[in-house]
Amino acid sequence: MNPSVQALRHHFEEGGAIGRALESCGDTIVYVQASMLPRALEFLKVTPEQDYDYLVDVTAVEYRDAERPLELVYELFSLRRRAQLRVKVELDKSEDLVIDSIVPLWNAANWLEREVYDMFGVRFEGHPDLRRILMWETYSEGHPLRKDFPLRGRFSRSEQVRRALNMNPEAHYSMEELSIAQAYHELPADMRDRLARDERGKVPDPESS
Amino acid sequence: MGLDVTQPTDAPPDTTVVSPVSPNWVTTKLDFIVNWARSNSLWPMPFGTACCAIEFMATAASRFDMARFGMERMSFSPRQADVLICAGRLPFKLAPVIRRIYDQMPQPKWVISMGACASTGGIFDTYAMVQGIDTVVPVDVYVPGCPPRPEGLLYGILMLQKKIRGETLADRTLREEHPLDERGLRMSPRLLDEISEPFGNSIHQTRSG
Repeated sequence: MNPSVQALRHHFEEGGAIGRALESCGDTIVYVQASMLPRALEFLKVTPEQDYDYLVDVTAVEYRDAERPLELVYELFSLRRRAQLRVKVELDKSEDLVIDSIVPLWNAANWLEREVYDMFGVRFEGHPDLRRILMWETYSEGHPLRKDFPLRGRFSRSEQVRRALNMNPEAHYSMEELSIAQAYHELPADMRDRLARDERGKVPDPESS
Repeated sequence: MGLDVTQPTDAPPDTTVVSPVSPNWVTTKLDFIVNWARSNSLWPMPFGTACCAIEFMATAASRFDMARFGMERMSFSPRQADVLICAGRLPFKLAPVIRRIYDQMPQPKWVISMGACASTGGIFDTYAMVQGIDTVVPVDVYVPGCPPRPEGLLYGILMLQKKIRGETLADRTLREEHPLDERGLRMSPRLLDEISEPFGNSIHQTRSG
């Protein structure tokens, strides 16, 4: 068992913030309460003895058993100590799937959280740019990796093709991305105009899908 | 091309319409020369999205040497391309892209659908995949295989050359553009749904939702 689990338990004594811990295939897994996740990860990152400086992956697991909660998985690694720790958060599926973003801690979480949002519909509070990343932004059939999502999607094939063909492949970058790159004002006037009119379409509301 | 042949459109629907200009020595020889030139100088526009593209590269490389059949130059701009070779699966996100590439190619133009995924969706009968690129662009030659060996693609190219040699300038319908209709599709939704139906092992998977 990774000694970081003991350190976490010691540091967050109150209120059962740190749940059970187990070892699987040589990897240590520790469950953390959802509300405590940013503080726990911050502790693991900034404490010199822990020093988990590398966020390897953020992903999610939904189990086939309906009563099991959805799990968020944060894979941490300390490059200096060569130590691994997997932090898991359980989200009750009967409630809103919302959790605090950890982009302030690791910038690497930006696209990873967008992917989890795209595929599972978990909303990350405080994420600077929470948009779909794999599916296109006007995609409105839901979140494909959820267990209640039908394999072939919700719409008929003709509707899917129609919506896909009516996408505008050029209006793909967000205003934020373009302003960060300072490329917006160098775009052709017509593309700038289309972006300003928000031709990417209305991004579907996460609740309604 | 100097031949102004118009088909009478007021004929009853079940009548065989005989062209007012019957093929004569001049037109057939002109057809022969034009088709000979076209079929032996096809410039492919490679649209490689998956493992089929690896086989396509092998076809273009020295061992199989597509250049033997006049396809010396890969045209990476659709404006100078004659034949669009879609090598690999086509996700919905790429459907408007291949449609625009097809629209940008000047006439005469042909399309080869290379491999099982491009032709039918293949094993990817999922929410993200176009079930055959013929739902997006017209296709001339389908090359089966997963992926097809280079010999298979060469055979498909030879089939396309054979098809081109059978074309005639008198048939204006061959060079017609087929733009998307007002629904934004290139065929009726019913037909599209029908040809996108699951087949083989896929029929055992449920279409829920």
